[in-house]
Amino acid sequence: MNLAISLAYLVAAVCFILGLKQLSSPKGARNGNFIAAVGMVIALVATLPLLHFTTAGVIIIAIGVAIGATAGSIGARMVKMTAIPQMVALFNGVGGGAAALVAVAELLSFGQHPAFAEAFPSVFSIVIGSISFAGSMVAFAKLQELMTGTPITYPGQQIVNGILAAAILGFVIAVLAIASIPFSFISLMVLALVLGVAFVMPIGGADMPVVISLLNAFTGLAVAASGFTLNNFALIVAGTLVGASGSLLTKLMSDAMGRSLANVLFGAFGQKRAGVAAVAGKEGRSVRTGSAEDIGTLLAYSQRVIIVPGYGLAVAQAQHAARELAELLEKRGVEVTYAIHPVAGRMPGHMNVLLAEANVPYEQLKEMDEVNDEFKNADVALIVGANDVVNPSARSAPGSPIYGMPILNADQAKNIVFMKRSMRPGFAGIDNDLMYDPKTIMFFGDAKDSLTKLVSAVKAA
Amino acid sequence: MNNELLNEVTFFVLSIFVGIEVISKVPTILHTPLMSGTNAIHGIILVGAIVIAAGASSPVTIILGLVAVTLATTNVVGGFVVTDRMLEMFKGRQATKPPATPTTTTKPA
Repeated sequence: MNLAISLAYLVAAVCFILGLKQLSSPKGARNGNFIAAVGMVIALVATLPLLHFTTAGVIIIAIGVAIGATAGSIGARMVKMTAIPQMVALFNGVGGGAAALVAVAELLSFGQHPAFAEAFPSVFSIVIGSISFAGSMVAFAKLQELMTGTPITYPGQQIVNGILAAAILGFVIAVLAIASIPFSFISLMVLALVLGVAFVMPIGGADMPVVISLLNAFTGLAVAASGFTLNNFALIVAGTLVGASGSLLTKLMSDAMGRSLANVLFGAFGQKRAGVAAVAGKEGRSVRTGSAEDIGTLLAYSQRVIIVPGYGLAVAQAQHAARELAELLEKRGVEVTYAIHPVAGRMPGHMNVLLAEANVPYEQLKEMDEVNDEFKNADVALIVGANDVVNPSARSAPGSPIYGMPILNADQAKNIVFMKRSMRPGFAGIDNDLMYDPKTIMFFGDAKDSLTKLVSAVKAA
Repeated sequence: MNNELLNEVTFFVLSIFVGIEVISKVPTILHTPLMSGTNAIHGIILVGAIVIAAGASSPVTIILGLVAVTLATTNVVGGFVVTDRMLEMFKGRQATKPPATPTTTTKPA
């Protein structure tokens, strides 16, 4: 490889590393993203002089870049902040798809009996890239609610997935040992796509962030593998950086949910859920509901209020209404803080992004460890569209699918106001005992409408 | 194992350690932007897509190249832009303590 190009790739790699470093600290995060983008431009520009372009090549690159850049920037600019997770899934999926296609093109050019060192990474890239593509699309569909978010399971599912995996392994061996012909690697790709779908189907919507993070790491590895095939250092380094950091991030995310990664992926979430729902279901327990005026008065004459925002707040776009209520209460001398569960919203950190969008002061956002001891001194815990993150069964019911997940101690507050659209269980699909707590007042309705009603009620109080 | 492959494996192994080390202290609030940022970085597959597209001549390679370049560009551009949008919202809120909404439209003196 040409010296100048190697040096440019080195600079690009340094940019990626510095970018990642900065992305993981609040101060430099935005800068970090910019540095990584600069590294990308350097790597792209450095690659061009090396290539021998055909006319068709120039045309398809121009068309592809134009379409991709338009689709990418429009998609990224138009997406609502609440829909960020599925957008990331989509962008990740297309990257995985690109990696798989690059590997297919390379295998085609190698002929029927490529060297193992060339064929193996290509095959790896096809399989992992296709799984990432198909899996990300299912994750997108689940989060976008194009399909049900509940786990889709059927008897013998693990066996079917096992057979798929075995068939993929068979074709891998066929390509490597017998002949690398289009039939074998196209079959490989199709099987991997099916496995990608089958792999994500049984995972519940609440666990999608972890899955997206894992598939993100997968795409990184597929890209690194393509780097081995193309003998391209930029691809190897950048792909591996993403594969490694993405794997760690996946672990950090499942840790935040108090679960192991294996439990997230293969946890038979559905089966357990059915059991618990049957036990906790129709006991005819009653809940207490309150009017906006009751709750407004309660809030207005409190000293400390802790707001627990959840995904319901996000879908209703109620972050601005929440801030308005908080400011109003503060004017009356009420101390208001927000308790942010690590997995509030649909991705870790998602809620912080949404509240920041509504200009909620940073100092009022408290993370779980910081705020959990303050609930017992709080007059009101105002739960807005959150559910699983305050469900006491995570502490007390070993059979519950969320057992062991760290939760916010909202149940220790003197009063609990539970704002929800309905009695329907949350994303994890399980009943919440907190709703039946004698200290709890339920306030049904769309989060934004309800908060607006509370604002007027507090003004009147 | 030839020399080039050995070099590549060396880069691969060292990158694993760097990748893990460099994000090990990320706070929870940055998990989503970090995921999105790393997602943009693996868009480097665009380099690979351009390499295969550049020499395309048969109908099969033309289609493969076109689709690969399109997908990879979407990944890169979308990834960086959406990450930037997320991080834009974090901007300034640590820097400016007073929440008394100073209007940012006034030009600095």
